[in-house]
Amino acid sequence: MAQLTIRNLEKVYSGTVKALHGINLDVKDGEFMVLVGPSGCAKSTTLRMIAGLETVSGGHITIGERVVNNLPPGDRGIAMVFQNYALYPHMKVRKNLSFGLKLAGENKEEIAKRVAEVAEVLEIEPLLDRLPKQLSGGQAQRVALGRALIKKPEVFLFDEPLSNLDAKLRASMRVRITDLHRRLKEQGQSSTVVYVTHDQVEAMTMGDRICVMKDGRIMQVDDPETLYARPANAFVAGFIGMPEMNLVNATLSQGESGPVVTFGDQSIQFGDNLAGRLEAGTAGDVTFGVRPQHFRLAEAGEHALVAKVSKADFLGHEVDVHISIGGQRFTIVLPVEDFRKANVDGAIRIRPEEERVFIFDRTSGLNVSLA
Amino acid sequence: MSDSIIHSDDKAIEEAERYLAAQKRRENISLAIRYTILTIVGLIMLYPLIWLVGASFMTNEEIFGGVGFMPTNPVMDGYAEGWQTSTPYTFGRFFWNTFLIIAPKTICTVISCTVVAYGFARFDFPGKKILFAAVIGTLLLPNVVTRIPQYMLFNELGWLDSYLPLWVPSAFAGDAFFVFLLLQFLRSIPRDMEEAARVDGATSFQALIYVVVPMLVPAMISVGLFQFMWTMDDFLGPLIYISSVEKFPVSLALKLSIDTAESFEWNRILAMSVLTLLPSLLVFFMSQKYFVEGISAGGVKG
Repeated sequence: MAQLTIRNLEKVYSGTVKALHGINLDVKDGEFMVLVGPSGCAKSTTLRMIAGLETVSGGHITIGERVVNNLPPGDRGIAMVFQNYALYPHMKVRKNLSFGLKLAGENKEEIAKRVAEVAEVLEIEPLLDRLPKQLSGGQAQRVALGRALIKKPEVFLFDEPLSNLDAKLRASMRVRITDLHRRLKEQGQSSTVVYVTHDQVEAMTMGDRICVMKDGRIMQVDDPETLYARPANAFVAGFIGMPEMNLVNATLSQGESGPVVTFGDQSIQFGDNLAGRLEAGTAGDVTFGVRPQHFRLAEAGEHALVAKVSKADFLGHEVDVHISIGGQRFTIVLPVEDFRKANVDGAIRIRPEEERVFIFDRTSGLNVSLA
Repeated sequence: MSDSIIHSDDKAIEEAERYLAAQKRRENISLAIRYTILTIVGLIMLYPLIWLVGASFMTNEEIFGGVGFMPTNPVMDGYAEGWQTSTPYTFGRFFWNTFLIIAPKTICTVISCTVVAYGFARFDFPGKKILFAAVIGTLLLPNVVTRIPQYMLFNELGWLDSYLPLWVPSAFAGDAFFVFLLLQFLRSIPRDMEEAARVDGATSFQALIYVVVPMLVPAMISVGLFQFMWTMDDFLGPLIYISSVEKFPVSLALKLSIDTAESFEWNRILAMSVLTLLPSLLVFFMSQKYFVEGISAGGVKG
């Protein structure tokens, strides 16, 4: 069993700069955990600490039953795939794959057998006698993947492995990696994965669970759906989802039949759904959040927000409409026909879907509409 | 745009061709001038060397007879007599002595400087800054300043009149310049590969041997070459530490022939000088490709 447990993990650089503020994370056996966050959020540092390439300033890392804080990388039962492939440039693909096994003193037949296995799985058999510089980006990344796979590690670590590939290749490699993970799991092999990326599409499509990080702290750990539907705070809400969630300053007050959200000179009345979700006593200055996809056109006569259209980006099947309501900027996504129909003299009447709006505390950023 | 090209008349094409031809002519002329100047300057710079080779086949009388470098009657006297030297030993012995200094010195330099540079480039340890400052300090220190203390030290150790003072300091990365050269080169090599090796289970030392060294080869060859040539040329070192003729390297042996002969047999000296040049030239041309790669790559390769 190879679950990975991180307790109060800290990283302090040169005695003063704190990069990681005591994080806790449990990665279950066989789980595909994605660490995601903007650059500088210490996700790579965390991964490198798990790998043993960075020292641990505080807390511990446990792989299986062993605390690995002070073990050299080679003894931790991990394998790592690097962003720049990091293939050994002077060794042919075959030697690149077998290098780790050779160091471990594996016998020749076993090495040959495993190289053949891995080469078959990753379809790199024709490349075995090439040097890394004779490989394309995608091929090199497959070899790098093979180098990790061949060791049969307890935990796989991926450090933004797809960011050097073009978009198309990235998509196919995403599928390949998730397939591989599923296959390992089915075969009953260790397949715990920690995968670092800054690309939320990768995170959402690949992860069993996603750990969103910011400034050396964990913001939320959840499965992709929960992360999208129930963000714990404004940061996660804004980070997950394309286009970004609209997060605007607003005032929350109690109206006759439910909460009223006001931005500038416009306000909108909500009903029982939001009222039921709000934490008791929430009022005043808040951050109002709603995803661009969660606006709809208002029916005639319905209470609605009047939005001034400043720009519309046609994407074929839908339109990203940049609007302003009461001086606040929003982006909304509408079907092309709806937008054409509704756009009268540069203004549209819209309503956010009540079930999908969120209210965040202005200062702490916490989602106060999850109850 | 494309329309205008299709419909342009013959006259315009003719004019364009004439213009291109004139441009080509101007380029050729400027090329010819450049090459002529470079050839002349190059010849002037090389003339002493060409003369040296030519004169080594002349008789003593002819050497001072004119400034030309082509011997009228090429003779091998200089080589035959020079090889015998005025000592009981042939010049072959001196070449062997030189080899006895160069071989350990070059090999030890490459190994020790690589290890030290690797340490500075890849590890953080207490006192790293001070130690590195010390290394760079010795780089800036004039050689002459350390001669006397070094001499006294080696005297205490009883190493005088042996080759030890000449190569042992190099075996402990005593040549700060080479450490610096390798360090710069190492800095340009991404760490990813070493990290991959460590994840693969390699120790730092294994990572150095299996992963870093193969990438560092061009720089290491440069270091070896520099050390080879500088040691071959070194006159002061052997002069200070070696006192018995049987241990003289070629640099001292050449001077020896000037000292002992009443009237210098210039043709012998020149002939032996030519022979002395050969090893360096040979080694240089053999590894020229790596050498150039090594000294340039440190700066530009990313």
